[in-house]
Amino acid sequence: MDRTIRVLVAKPGLDGHDRGAKVIARALRDAGMEVIYTGLRQTPEQIVSAAIQEDADVIAMSILSGAHNHLFPRVMELLREKKVDDVLVLGGGVIPDDDIPGLKAAGIAEIFTPGSPTPAIIEFIKNNLKRKA
Amino acid sequence: MSDNIKKAADAYESGVEKSLGKFPERKKEFTTVSKVPVKRLYTPLDLASGDYLRDIGFPGEYPYTRGVQNTMYRGRFWTMRQYAGFSTAEESNKRYKFLLQQGTTGLSVAFDLPTQIGYDSDHPLSQGEVGKVGVAIDSLADMEILFDGIPLDKVSTSMTINAPASVLLAMYIAVAEKQGVSPDKLEGTIQNDILKEYVARGTYIFPPEPSMRLITDIFAYCSRNVPNWNTISISGYHIREAGSTASQEVAFTIADGVAYVEAAVKAGLDVDAFAPRLSFFFNAHNDLFEEVAKFRAARRVWAKLMKERFGAKNPKSLMLRFHTQTGGSTLTAQQPDNNIVRVAIQTLAAVLGGTQSLHTNSKDEALALPTEDSVRIALRTQQIVAYESGAADTVDPLAGSYYVESMTDRIQAEAEAYIAKIDAMGGAVKAIERGYVQQEIQDASYAYQMDVESGERVVVGMNKFQVKEGSPKGLLRVDPIVGEQQAKKLKDLKSRRDNARVEAALAAVKAAAGGEGNLMPPILEAVRAYATLGEICDVLRSVFGEYQQKVIL
Repeated sequence: MDRTIRVLVAKPGLDGHDRGAKVIARALRDAGMEVIYTGLRQTPEQIVSAAIQEDADVIAMSILSGAHNHLFPRVMELLREKKVDDVLVLGGGVIPDDDIPGLKAAGIAEIFTPGSPTPAIIEFIKNNLKRKA
Repeated sequence: MSDNIKKAADAYESGVEKSLGKFPERKKEFTTVSKVPVKRLYTPLDLASGDYLRDIGFPGEYPYTRGVQNTMYRGRFWTMRQYAGFSTAEESNKRYKFLLQQGTTGLSVAFDLPTQIGYDSDHPLSQGEVGKVGVAIDSLADMEILFDGIPLDKVSTSMTINAPASVLLAMYIAVAEKQGVSPDKLEGTIQNDILKEYVARGTYIFPPEPSMRLITDIFAYCSRNVPNWNTISISGYHIREAGSTASQEVAFTIADGVAYVEAAVKAGLDVDAFAPRLSFFFNAHNDLFEEVAKFRAARRVWAKLMKERFGAKNPKSLMLRFHTQTGGSTLTAQQPDNNIVRVAIQTLAAVLGGTQSLHTNSKDEALALPTEDSVRIALRTQQIVAYESGAADTVDPLAGSYYVESMTDRIQAEAEAYIAKIDAMGGAVKAIERGYVQQEIQDASYAYQMDVESGERVVVGMNKFQVKEGSPKGLLRVDPIVGEQQAKKLKDLKSRRDNARVEAALAAVKAAAGGEGNLMPPILEAVRAYATLGEICDVLRSVFGEYQQKVIL
C-alpha cells in the first residue's frame, strides 16, 4: 500500500460517550492509519467539512444517544450535496438491529454495534475503501 | 507469632511450587479487572503493618472504613433508586409512578441531552436528541408535569444534571412551592459535578472558572435555604465507564472533590457549613472483592483528607456517603439475559461496600433504554440481595479478610499517590486542562480493550461461549414525534407567559452573572416567570462563554 489511509473519527450529536470512538481511533492508528478525531458535539455540517478539509478516505461516526436515524443520513445527504462520493462512511454505537437496514439504504456502508472487535473494523476499512489507497 | 506464620507460609509456598509441575495453575499471572496482580493466597502477613483502630476502626467512626452509619443496613436498607426518564414529562411521570408502586424508595431523573447541555427542544442542535436518553425539560411547565401527583416532601429525588444544575434545582424548588412544600423540606441530590464532565461524560457548557462559581453558589444557597439537599454528587461512575481502573476511579473522583472544597473555602464558606452535604457516586464493576475494597478505601481517603487537609470538625464533613450504579459498560449486547447475573454480582459488591443508594442496570441497556419488565428485574435483584442474601444483616462483613483488607490498603495507596501527583500539577482543574486525567483513563481503557480482544480477558457470551442469536425483540423506542411536541409546547408557553416579567428576570440573571452575587435567587425568579432553560443558559453563555474541549487521543 502506497498511501496511508486517512480516517476521520467523528462524534455527531450531543452525547459525550467517546470511549468507543477513542478506542477505535487508537486501534486504527496502531494499524497504520492516519486518524483525526473531531471531539464531541459535531454537527453533520462540521463533520462533512472536516472530512473534505482533511481529505479523509473514511468517516467513522459513533453515537450512543439514539439520534443516529437523524444524524447519520444527514451526513450522507451533505456529502452528496458536496458531490463527495468516494468516502467510505461507517457508523457505530448503541444502534438497534431494526435501524440498520435504513441506515445502510441511506449510504452508511456498515454499522458496528457493541462488542465489535477492532480487527473486524480495520479489515472492513481495508477491504472496502472507495478510493484506491 | 508472625514469625511462625511466616515460616508456615513459606512452607506452603514451596510445597505449591513443587506441585505446580504436575498441577499447573490456569494462568501465569492472575490480575483484577484493573490489571492489578492477585496473589495465590493472602494471610495475616499481608496486614502486618496495619493498625485496626487507626485504619479500620468501627462503623460510624473515623476513618469510616467500615461504613458511615453505626448499624448500616440493620437500621435501614440502602435507597433503591432507579435512574429513569425518557420522552416527555408525561411519559416519565408515568414511569416514576410505576417505580414507586414497585417499591423504589427514591426517584432519579434522567434528562435528555439538550436539557443537560442547556438547549431548548426547538434548538437546531437538539434535532434528533429530544427525549432520547432522558426526559425533555424546557421550562417549569414541564417540571410541573414531571412531578404531578408526586408529593415532594415524601420522596427524595436525585437529578442527573450538571452544567445547568442551578436551573433544574430552581425548577424543583418552584414545583415544591406550588405544592405548598417549603425548600427546607426537600430531600435529594443534584449531580452538579462539572469536572468529570470535562474528562468523561461530556455535558459541559461553560469554562471551568464560572462553572466552579455556579457550583459554590449552589453550596452557599442550599446551606441556608435547602439544608437537606445534597448539593453535589462527585462522580467516579463516568470515569470508570470511560475505562479507568478502580484506583483511578477513587483518585480522580476524590481529586475533583478536593477542587470543589478548595473552591468553596476560597469563596469564603466554612468547610463544616457545606461539606456535610457533599455526596459521591461510584461504579460497581464485576471484580467483586476489588470493588468492595474500592468503596472502603474511598471512605478512608476522603475522611483523612477532610480532617487533615481541610480541618473539618463536623463528623458529617468527614463521611463519604455515596450512590452506586452498576457498571453499564460491563453489559453485553450479546446474550443480554446474562447481564442479570452481572448486575447481581455488582449489586452484592455495592452492598458489601456499604453504599447509601443503588441503581441496578437493566439487562437490555447495551441495546436501548430499558423496558418496564427489565427494570422490574433490575429492582428485584436489589430486593433479593436485601431480603434474601443475608449480606445486609451484619456491618461490613468482609472486614478482616486478608485479601480485601490488603486490597483496601493498596487502592488507598495508589489513590493517594495519584492525588499527590495532581496536587503537584496545581489541582484537578489544572490536571484536566493539561489532559493528564483524560490520558490516564484512555490508556487504561485501551489496555482493557486489547485484553478483551486477545482473549486474555474473557467476557462470557461475547468473546467466549458465543451463540447464534436473532435480533432482540421488544426494545423500548422513543417516538421521534416528541421533538415536535416539545417545540409546540414551547411556542404555546411563550405566547401565554408574561414576557415582560421574563425579560426583566433574564436581565437580572445577566447582571448577577457579570457581578459577584449569588446566582441562585435570580435564576429561581427567572424559572418562576417561566423563562426557559435555553433562555437562561443563553444569558449565562453570553457572560461566561463556552468550554472548548481538549481533544486527546
